[in-house]
Amino acid sequence: MSILAAESANPLIPPLGEIIIGLIAFAVVLVVFFKFIAPRFEQVFRARREAIEGGIERAESMQAEARAALEQYRAQLAEARTEAAQIRDQARAEGQQILEELRAQAQEESARIVARGEEQLAANRQSVVNELRGQIGALAVDLAGRVVGESLEDEARRRGTVDRFLDQLDGMAPGTPGDGRTGSTVFVPGGDR
Amino acid sequence: MTSSALALADVLAVEDTGGGDGFQAPGLSEFYPEPLAEFSLLGVDFSITRITLGLFIATIAMLVVMVMAVRKPQIVPGKLQFVGESGYSLVRDGIARDVVGPKGIPFAPFLAALFFFILANNLMAIIPFAQISPMSKFAFPLVLAGICWVLYIYIGIREQGAGRYFKDILFLPGVPKPMYVLVTPIEILQNFVVRPFTLAVRLFANMFAGHMLLVVFSLGAVYLLSRDNFSIVFGPVSALMAIVMTFFELLVIFLQAYVFTVLMGTYLNGSIEAEH
Repeated sequence: MSILAAESANPLIPPLGEIIIGLIAFAVVLVVFFKFIAPRFEQVFRARREAIEGGIERAESMQAEARAALEQYRAQLAEARTEAAQIRDQARAEGQQILEELRAQAQEESARIVARGEEQLAANRQSVVNELRGQIGALAVDLAGRVVGESLEDEARRRGTVDRFLDQLDGMAPGTPGDGRTGSTVFVPGGDR
Repeated sequence: MTSSALALADVLAVEDTGGGDGFQAPGLSEFYPEPLAEFSLLGVDFSITRITLGLFIATIAMLVVMVMAVRKPQIVPGKLQFVGESGYSLVRDGIARDVVGPKGIPFAPFLAALFFFILANNLMAIIPFAQISPMSKFAFPLVLAGICWVLYIYIGIREQGAGRYFKDILFLPGVPKPMYVLVTPIEILQNFVVRPFTLAVRLFANMFAGHMLLVVFSLGAVYLLSRDNFSIVFGPVSALMAIVMTFFELLVIFLQAYVFTVLMGTYLNGSIEAEH
């Protein structure tokens, strides 16, 4: 039965009913695609593009920020280095100055000590000389009197002999007492000796 | 009862009678199944067969899947959205943008509708229990080709102006004048008859032939296996062939949907951009 119906039909001549059904079906598909599916897809594509572009922008800004921070850090580092160098130089200069000051002070001190020593030495020597001068005179006269066995009555002559002797003594002496070895331990530069 | 089942019954009937008339190849009756419902509206006869039912089911299923895919669009797509997007992008970027041209994006919804409609209906060719594509009924490809035909001519007139569009088709620029005797009829035939006709026939014939192949091999396997002579050896070969052809049919299904859409894209491209 079905075969008989088919024999008379030509597959290339479509029935009008099927054409209308096809039209309606495709029209429905078109409407849904134009009204709903395509706009949604476009919306998603747009959102995704924006998200990607936004992401790239964000990444770029972050990179710029990082670069700026690095620059700042480097600048700060350089600044700190120069500052440190300055401080070091200053400290060195100050140290030098302090050293100089100390040295000058020490020299002054040593010079003072030496001077005082010499002064004392000179005073001692003077007192010893003075004492000796009196005693030597008396001793010498006494000794001479005993040796000669006679009193040297001639005052003037006696004085002259003693003084001449003492002068001779003076002339011999000066080399020995000023040797400077006074017991001070302060270093004294050679030029000042 | 499906027409294929009827054919199967015929095959088995031959076996029952033990007749010597051999294998009865399935014929055109495959494509004229018994209507499930018949009615007449404004003098037009509508018959709802399992093929038209297949058209409804395929179309609705496709629309439901696509709508589900875009119901809650996410920037990072889920599985279904990814599948829908891939398909839509294939048409939008691969055809609307790259084939139609820079002005092609507005045609993306139309081309996508075309592609998915054909694809869904073609798929009915290998979906179990349907196993016949509505596109193997000439009416449906013809409807699509007719719509395409109207659209690309309308777009040509809109984009280039009626005078310029028809003049370029009638007198192809850059052709020596005497050649118009030959070229003009060919161009008219090409643009207004051959294009829509080939568009429709290519799709129809592929699905038609594919269905015939599958039916012949399937029924052949049943027939050969039911014979109690030497031919039983060839039964499994025929069955295997039916399975192989099913996979081949899957390729054809996608290819024909794509080819139809791409060709429509090139026609639209010709209408939007002035001829050469």
